[in-house]
Order: sequence, then structure tokens, then C-alpha cells
Amino acid sequence: MSPDLLKLIFGRLGLDSLPLHEPILVATFVMVALCGGALFAGVTYFRLWGYLWREWFTTVDHKRIGIMYMILGIVMLLRGFADALMMRAQQALAFNGSEGFLPAHHYDQVFTAHGVIMIFFVAMPLVTGLMNYVVPLQIGARDVSFPFLNNFSFWMTVGGAVLVMASLFIGEFARTGWLAYPPLSNIGYSPDVGVDYYIWALQVAGVGTTLSGINLICTIVKLRCPGMTMMKMPVFTWTALCTNILIVASFPVLTVVLALLSLDRYVGTNFFTNDFGGSPMMYVNLIWIWGHPEVYILVLPAFGIFSEVTSTFSGKRLFGYTSMVYATVVITILSYLVWLHHFFTMGSGASVNSFFGITTMIISIPTGAKMFNWLFTMYRGRIRFELPMLWTIAFMLTFVLGGMTGVLLAVPPADFVLHNSLFLIAHFHNVIIGGVVFGAFAGINYWFPKAFGFKLDPFWGKLSFWFWVTGFYMAFMPLYVLGLMGVTRRLRVFDDPSLQIWFVIAAIGAGLVFLGILCMLMQFAVSFLKREQLKDVTGDPWDARTLEWATSSPPPDYNFAFTPVVHDNDAWWDMKKRGYQRPLTGFKPIHMPSSTGTGIILAGLATAMGFGLIWYIWWLAAASFIAMLAVGIGHTFNYHRDFDIPADDVIRAEDSRTKLLAGAK
Amino acid sequence: MNIDTHAAHAHDHHHDDGHAHSTFSGYMLGFVLSVVLTAIPFWLVMSGTLPSKQITALVIMAFAVVQIVVHMIYFLHMSPKSENGWSMMALIFTIVMVVIALSGSLWVMNHLNSNMMPIHEMTGMK
Repeated sequence: MSPDLLKLIFGRLGLDSLPLHEPILVATFVMVALCGGALFAGVTYFRLWGYLWREWFTTVDHKRIGIMYMILGIVMLLRGFADALMMRAQQALAFNGSEGFLPAHHYDQVFTAHGVIMIFFVAMPLVTGLMNYVVPLQIGARDVSFPFLNNFSFWMTVGGAVLVMASLFIGEFARTGWLAYPPLSNIGYSPDVGVDYYIWALQVAGVGTTLSGINLICTIVKLRCPGMTMMKMPVFTWTALCTNILIVASFPVLTVVLALLSLDRYVGTNFFTNDFGGSPMMYVNLIWIWGHPEVYILVLPAFGIFSEVTSTFSGKRLFGYTSMVYATVVITILSYLVWLHHFFTMGSGASVNSFFGITTMIISIPTGAKMFNWLFTMYRGRIRFELPMLWTIAFMLTFVLGGMTGVLLAVPPADFVLHNSLFLIAHFHNVIIGGVVFGAFAGINYWFPKAFGFKLDPFWGKLSFWFWVTGFYMAFMPLYVLGLMGVTRRLRVFDDPSLQIWFVIAAIGAGLVFLGILCMLMQFAVSFLKREQLKDVTGDPWDARTLEWATSSPPPDYNFAFTPVVHDNDAWWDMKKRGYQRPLTGFKPIHMPSSTGTGIILAGLATAMGFGLIWYIWWLAAASFIAMLAVGIGHTFNYHRDFDIPADDVIRAEDSRTKLLAGAK
Repeated sequence: MNIDTHAAHAHDHHHDDGHAHSTFSGYMLGFVLSVVLTAIPFWLVMSGTLPSKQITALVIMAFAVVQIVVHMIYFLHMSPKSENGWSMMALIFTIVMVVIALSGSLWVMNHLNSNMMPIHEMTGMK
């Protein structure tokens, strides 16, 4: 075939795009292909495709979508953590003239992919998954406001993740760092597909995130059960509301910045170029207007989880509910006023820097108030040291430390010394791992029995906990030291041999975290095998306080046979205290949304369009775009959107729960 | 969401559903106002009535702001009471965010521009 025709069909994609010259990637590919092949064969052998398609892929049930988000987050955690291990190993080895084992070209992709994956495809799915699962249950709703949109949002997030994963074996990923600052990310300095993978992965996933934000805001505002006023909402629902407001307000900024960058790259505009009036500084400014709220998007729901866990496992009402809510709202607003602290050194001058330095320090006040609220909740409580509580205590210690180094970095003169150093790296891992990741693990251990009807195994859970916590401290405390000594981030080789010991310690720490992750996977497997022993039939294994524990575990499709009525902040606790009797008769048919495959099809087409745009395969991009429009419009003619669960089915489900409950007593 | 609440909804539908009501005269009034508010700036620019370009620009900006308010009231049916005050809350929040992002960016970029851009390029650009 002629080269012109090949170019028309395949764009920039050729056989040389496959990284056959990189032994690490080839080995990884073989592993992934073997595991993926085994999974595929297994699913086919057990004839599970139909089941998966009907019950999971096309579901609009917020609970199943929540679980799928969690699975996505955990799978991507393995990928992101593999990158982390490679970086730690590279930095521990590359001394005394050794080049380590990663060439610069590959190493730069590794640290970029690590950051992008951990934030967008690990932390975000874990947080969104927990919100998706828990919020409708906590407010006594039967689903989210827009169940189809929820399914579509999830698959768009998966689409973004698929593009990032594809970059591993087809072409390459960006070598720019996780925020792809121009001019480096402009076409002149990054002419290959890496940055395009970055842009389209985030754009596709960003659609999903924004839509799920709108969905959850609407759910919380509109679908609360009778009696649940704003100031009677559980704190987790409050933090979810604030987080989703932040998502809806800030993700469009990211979308626009990336759109402008793609215009620079695809059609030769000059928004962020060095010449022709472009300003790369504007990119940095805009992306942090999204980027700073983003870290609060991640950490606010974690704060909500810790609030629920602390009051449940202390057996007490949460101390200072009102102050907790106001602290959350204040953080929501303040998180928009601090973005410049990410680039103090860019040269805005003393007045601008001091303004943003002060706002940054102020934001630690509501956060500190939260910390005291948790402490006072625990004070004189009868604390049960179950796994969620252990993670919460580890969070409180770790996050205070990370917060304090954050306030240190908020001082502009100090930041001039520490900017882009490993001190910064240690700081944000300290707050993101100590806050978001520990929060997600607390949430997983806390709500797992709700989702599956059996608790997670405490032995492997505790093992995982101790490996994670000690591993975290060993991996990141040395980075504080190195940062203070002036080592900058993203370095591949080192000249000063005296630094090596710190990197070796950090690598050992990363190894411990690896063991923690393995133990966690083991915990899931063991718990599944021991599910009969760990079984909970009451639906309320922790003697908890909020509405999600009022229904069975796992909850029926319709969540609540009758919409509950709430009189107190701790609605379920209040119901238990007043001797609540489950209604046993009078069930009616329940109106529910139907499953649809449109979400996964649309997201698949969007991913194909992204792939076409990345590789300049214009026909593919155009065809998928037109197909997307067609499927989207076609879906508006789908009139089978809802159905009624017959009263008989409801009676059957509720009767079996009645029997279980009688057996438990 | 279940049948009971549906029935309950249908019942109090004609009392107050929290939506501002859209009427033909409302839309017409909005349309006429928008046309007038668009025509005046055009006339200002084309006739050059005002003494300086800067004043003209400022006046046009003012008309644009009024235009936004007209659209919100007559086309988006926003009022302090609609959706139990949620639209008003959302509007205030949006304004706060937009003002922070725009004024903040202008302030930051202005300082960056004067501190960091090489002098000769600045003169060259103007």
C-alpha cells in the first residue's frame, strides 16, 4: 500500500509505535496479555458475559456503579503503584555513575503516568465510588437523580483510564509531569503522542467526573427523605455535597485549559506558546484554579468518612456537628482562594504572594477545627479499635504532620527554598496518602459489610494496615530530609553518594507499602472465602448511626421498601433508641429505572474518538463522533426507561430479611 | 419516587411547585428588552455619540450586565424564590467563583507580566 493511504488509515500509528525496544514494557505486556487472556477465558468458560452485561455493565443501580468505581480505583492503584516502585528503585540505584535501569525517555513517562493515574484514576474513582454507593442510602433515596447519567459517567471515567493504559503499549505517555506545563507540552517540544494521550484521557474522564458531580448535587438537594433538613444530613453527605459543588465549579476550568492546549497543539494557535503573544504562565495560573480545588475534592469526602467512623466507633454523637458543616463550607470557598501557592516562585511579587500565603494559612483553621471535633468525639467515648477506626487514627496523626508541613510551605520565603523539592513531594504524599487513601481504606472497611453482607477479615486487614502505615513513614520521611537538603523532584540520576542511603530507606518503605497492598488483596480473597463466618444478617454490623444501616446488607435494589422519615442527625441511632419496628406488611410495587447499554456504548465511542484524535486517524475520530451523536439521539427515543418491581417481589425480599433478622436474635 | 409520593406531588401541584411561571407576555417582554439592550450598544458604536472609546466600552459592558439579568429573569425564570432559593444560592456561588477566578487571574497575570516579561519584548509588542 502506498504511504499516503497508510497515513490516511492509520494516521501516525505504525509498527514502530509499539515499544518493542523496551524490554520492561514487553515483559509487562506479556504479563498483562497472559492475565487478561486468562480473565477473558475464565469469564467465557463460566458463561459470565451475559450476566456481567445485564447485571453490571448496563446497570443504573447506584450501588453497583459505586462498586465498579471502587474496582476501577483498586485496579488502577496497582498500575500507579507499579510506577511508584519503579521510581523508588531507579532513584535508589542511580548513584556512583550508575544510570539505574530506566532510560530518561521512559523514566519521564513513569513519573507523569504515576501522578496522572493516582489522582484521576485512583483517588477520584475511590472517592466517587464511595459517594455513589453511600450518599443515596444515607439520605433515604432509591437511586441518584439521573441513574442513566450515572452509568454514563462511570464508563467515561473508564474510557479515560483505558486511554492511559493504552499509552503503555501503543506509543508512549506524556513526559511532562502530571500537569503538562507548556511550553514543554506544546507541539514544538513534545511532538509525539504522549501529551495527546494525556489531553484526551483527561477530557474523556473529565466529562464523566463533571456529570457525576451534577448528578450527586441534584440527588442530595432533591431526593432527601422527609424530615432530613440540610442540618440533619449526615456529615459524609455534607462533604459529598461540597465536593460535588467543587467538581462542577472547577472541572470546566480544566476542560477549557486542556482545550486551549489542544488548540495550540492541533491547529497552531498561540495561547501558551513562548512567542506570538502566548503566555505559558497563563496555563499554570488556570490549571491551578482547577488544581487546588481538586485536592479538596479528594479530601473532603475523606473527612466525611472519618466523621462517620469516629462517631460510630466511639459510640457517641459527632462532637460539634454544626461547626463540622461550617468548616466544610468554609473550606469549599477558601479552596478557591489559594491556587497561587503552587507557583509562588513564578514571580508575582510580594503583594500577590503574601495574599495567597495568608489565605493558605487560614485554610488550616477550619481543618484544625475538624481535627478537634474528631478528638472530642473520641474523648470519653467507648472506642472500638476496628479496622475503620485504626485507619482513622492513622489519618489523624499523619494528616496533622502533612498539614503542618503544608503551612510551612505556605510561607512564601520558605517556599522559595523548598519549591519543587522532595520536601514538597513528601508533603503532598503525606496529605494525599494520609488523608485520601487512608480515608478510602477506612471507608472500604466500614461500608464493605453493607455492600456485600459480610465483614472484611480483620487479621489480613490489620496486617495491611501496619504495612501501609509503617511503609508510608519509611518511604516519605526520608524525602523530607532530602528536600531540606535541596534535592529537587523528578531527578533520574544523582552525583552526591551521601544521599543514597535516604533513597534506599525510601525504597524499602515503598516495598513495605507493596506488602500492604498485597495484604489488602489477600484480605479481600480471604474474606470472600470466609464469608459464612464473617456474615452479617442484621444490616447493622457496627451498631452505627446513619440511615444506610437501616436497610439490609446488601440492600435490595430499591434500597428502602418504605421511604424512611427522619427526626434526628443520627437518624438510624434515633430510630433504634425509639424502638423502631420494621414494617412487615403493606408493600406496594416500586417504580425503578431500567438498565441501558447506551452509557457504555457512548463512552466506548468517546474513547475511540480520543484514540483517533491522538493518532491523527481523522476518519475514526469523525466516525465515532457522528456515531456518538446518533446513539445519543437514538437514546432519546428509548421509552422503556422505567419499570415497577412487583409488590410480590418486594414482599419476598422483605420477608426473607424478616426471617434472617429473626434468626439473628 | 414511588406511587404514593407521585400522587402527593400531583396534589399540591397547583399550590406552589417552586417554579417561576413562564407566560407568553413574560417571554415577549424579555425578548423586547433584549433587543433594545442590544440595539443601544450598536447605535452607540456606530454613531460614536459618546466622546471617548473607553466610555463607550464601559457603557456597553453595563448594558451587557443588564442583559444577563434580563435573560436570567425572563428566560431562565430565576427569582429569589425559585427552587426554594436553590437557584439564588447557586447564582451567588457562581458569581463568587467567577469573580474570584477572573479578578484573581487578572491580578496575578498583571503582576507576572510586569515582573517577569522581558522589557524589550514588551515594548516590541506594543
